[in-house]
Amino acid sequence: MDYTIRICGEAGQGIQTVGDTLAKVFARNGYHVFTHQDYESRIRGGHNFYQVRVADRPVAASREKIDILVAFDKESMVIDAREVSGTGRIMYDSTAIKQKFDGPAFLDIPFTNLAEEHGGSKIMANTVAIGAILGMLGLDLKILAGIITDTFRKKGEGVISANNASATAGHAFAVSNCRDCSFPTASGADPKMLIAGIDAIGFGAIASGCKFLSAYPMTPSTGIMNYLAGKEKEFGIVVEQAEDEIAAMNMALGASFGGVRSMTATSGGGFALMVEGLSLAAMTETPIVIGLGQRPGPATGLPTRTEQAELQFALYTAHGEFPRIILAPGTPEQALFLTNKAFELTEKYQVPAFVIFDQYLADTQWTYAGFDLKKLVRNDYRLRADALAGLSGYKRHAYSESGVSPLAIPGASKHVVVTDSDEHDEEGHIDEDAGTRRRMVEKRMLKKLSLIRREIMPPLLYGSDKPEVVLAGWGSTFGIIKEAVDELLPRRNIAMLHFSEIYPFPLTDRFDYLSLLNSASKTICIENNATGQFARLMRAETGYVFASAIHRYDGRPFTLEGLLGELHADLG
Amino acid sequence: MPTLDDYKGQTPAWCPGCGNFGILKAFKDAVMELGLEPHQFTIVSGIGQAGKFPHYLKCNTFNGLHGRTIPVATGVRLANHEMPVFAVAGDGDCYGEGGNHLVHAIRRNVNVKLFVHDNQVYGLTKGQASPTTAEGTVTKNAPFGVFSEQLNPMALAVALDCSFVARGFTGDQDHLKSLMKEAFNHKGFALVDILQPCVSFNKVNTFEWYRQRTYHLEPEYDPMDRVKAFERSLEWGDRIPVGVLYRNSRPPLEERVPVIQETPLVKQTFDVGKLENTLKEFY
Repeated sequence: MDYTIRICGEAGQGIQTVGDTLAKVFARNGYHVFTHQDYESRIRGGHNFYQVRVADRPVAASREKIDILVAFDKESMVIDAREVSGTGRIMYDSTAIKQKFDGPAFLDIPFTNLAEEHGGSKIMANTVAIGAILGMLGLDLKILAGIITDTFRKKGEGVISANNASATAGHAFAVSNCRDCSFPTASGADPKMLIAGIDAIGFGAIASGCKFLSAYPMTPSTGIMNYLAGKEKEFGIVVEQAEDEIAAMNMALGASFGGVRSMTATSGGGFALMVEGLSLAAMTETPIVIGLGQRPGPATGLPTRTEQAELQFALYTAHGEFPRIILAPGTPEQALFLTNKAFELTEKYQVPAFVIFDQYLADTQWTYAGFDLKKLVRNDYRLRADALAGLSGYKRHAYSESGVSPLAIPGASKHVVVTDSDEHDEEGHIDEDAGTRRRMVEKRMLKKLSLIRREIMPPLLYGSDKPEVVLAGWGSTFGIIKEAVDELLPRRNIAMLHFSEIYPFPLTDRFDYLSLLNSASKTICIENNATGQFARLMRAETGYVFASAIHRYDGRPFTLEGLLGELHADLG
Repeated sequence: MPTLDDYKGQTPAWCPGCGNFGILKAFKDAVMELGLEPHQFTIVSGIGQAGKFPHYLKCNTFNGLHGRTIPVATGVRLANHEMPVFAVAGDGDCYGEGGNHLVHAIRRNVNVKLFVHDNQVYGLTKGQASPTTAEGTVTKNAPFGVFSEQLNPMALAVALDCSFVARGFTGDQDHLKSLMKEAFNHKGFALVDILQPCVSFNKVNTFEWYRQRTYHLEPEYDPMDRVKAFERSLEWGDRIPVGVLYRNSRPPLEERVPVIQETPLVKQTFDVGKLENTLKEFY
């Protein structure tokens, strides 16, 4: 069992509601689910889709071939219908799109009429569609009924029963009118959790004790602000929407200086405004986590689409020389634990830490049996009243063996906490002395960097452990490369080498990935950008040059069929 | 009670005779009289001659970037609203580079006390025009005179319904000190524009120039009357009013954020036990 369902139409037609509801039904039924979205930068109209892959084994990417297409507009019948597989079905409502299509693939379902007839309002056309899809898959409506109750509890019993009647009507129509449909399903299992990358970052921030977030809305990062804002009261968090990204960054630094774990989130264009503040974080050694959601540039680019083209930007931007930490999760699970690691490392070393992701990871939803929250780390590196009371003196930027100075909370003791964007002495006061400057650079930069590098995990190897062919990637391409390896493993000695902890660049002492690459006969670096930014970093850091590259830079994520096609051309 | 010695900081690197010395003296007197010990308050400053201010006394200090004092100060307040926070900036710093932050801090009404050292010129970069430089002033990089109209920070603040708007003069120490204390005691965002001469780069707006023009607002002046306040804030040139031009009683941001009503954020503990339940929302 491995089906792909695509719901497509104009923005505002409820595509996301249908997709989210279906995904939830499947997850609660114990199936493995993967969803991804493709939408334009507009609130109404345009052409958009929501794709749900449902299977009885773990899935980590979208497929191109569609098994069930739900078309809410005429354009979908042209654009999306091409991608329907030979045994696939296309559901549409001929009265809504004012055209009738003939052929065994088409199933004309009167979504609107059934909604009016059974639910009393055409608003419930989407619920009819959900019922019809479940009918085609031979699944019952029990789980859906539960979701309908949860969703519409506040709106009252009438709305709940109208939606249930609509779902039942759609279900019955599909069952009786799609007799030759053949979509057998596996039996259900324990309910799974369904989580998107962006929510996993937000949850990771909360789970790390983040108390303050200031940000300016920008796709694809806004979901982090939304998630934290929804948890303000429950977890004691302040979320402040800043007037611009410059303010967002500086506010977060102010809150961090004030004593709480702080974060900001943005995309490349907004991050460009934060760059000055990034340098400030480095000079004042103020802990900060930055969620950087990549999207295609330059400038406004493709606002709602995906690209991995801000790695070099995050790596080298901001004036002056200073260390930084860059983590790039490939899955929602990694997003949770790497966000946690970003907080741990920024607090421990007082060095800015990035969680770099993209629209694709932000929006894709994955299923899991659960997350092991015992793996979360929360060490308090701040000096609070008790610890400070015992100190005879305190210097915010004191020299130390590790380069890390004690981080006191202002106001928690008689000791004053002083820091400066100018070069400063150990106390934090302006100082232009050459010797002080040299020691401060060594403290901030050289000593810390080597220590942080020891905390960075090597890349993950998946597939053959002595591969002839290595497919390398970083960040959000994890799922797609893994699935390509799964597909090719029966015929080839192949493996994926996936980097999620990017900078400081991983050492080889835990796992000598350079030997592995050098022993392979073919290595390909796969990136969702035009210039191979990670491959360049690899070469700069290790001298290793990948034999070839596969790049996609049309603003869309890789698909399994697309990547396999390119690999076939490359590998023969 | 603290004494003046408690605030002793580094030796100022300002030019001899700089108007900043008077502001420093008034500030030390004000915090001493308010009974604020050095560890009990924070100064956030930017870049410029004013930005060096906190180094010349003793207190918690975040000397950040040019123009960015207000957002940092806002962050400190939201993390710990039991901590009094002063933001110290120059006219270029606050009205030029950081102008957007000023507008939104006024709207936000965060309980930060902003003291702007306004000498109508860029001192640290040696004599360029600032937003408050008089139109027509000739500078090294404006040989035809400044074309832009002089910014009126007081009128701007009143127009935005800023919760406390005042102007002081460094040559009028006792008055300035009392303005600073009044700003501190006011609940809400306070802007105090402090007139000060730059002895090196502004040969027009000297101590004498300000002394001849500044006058104290009359005792019967009502700072709660916004229309009157706007009228007075437009006064500039031959007569320049000093004192509290405007105030209102809008509740400050910190009183409106539900999460910090009982305990400052920095003192709130993190309840790990709630995480498992939150994770269940994804099922």
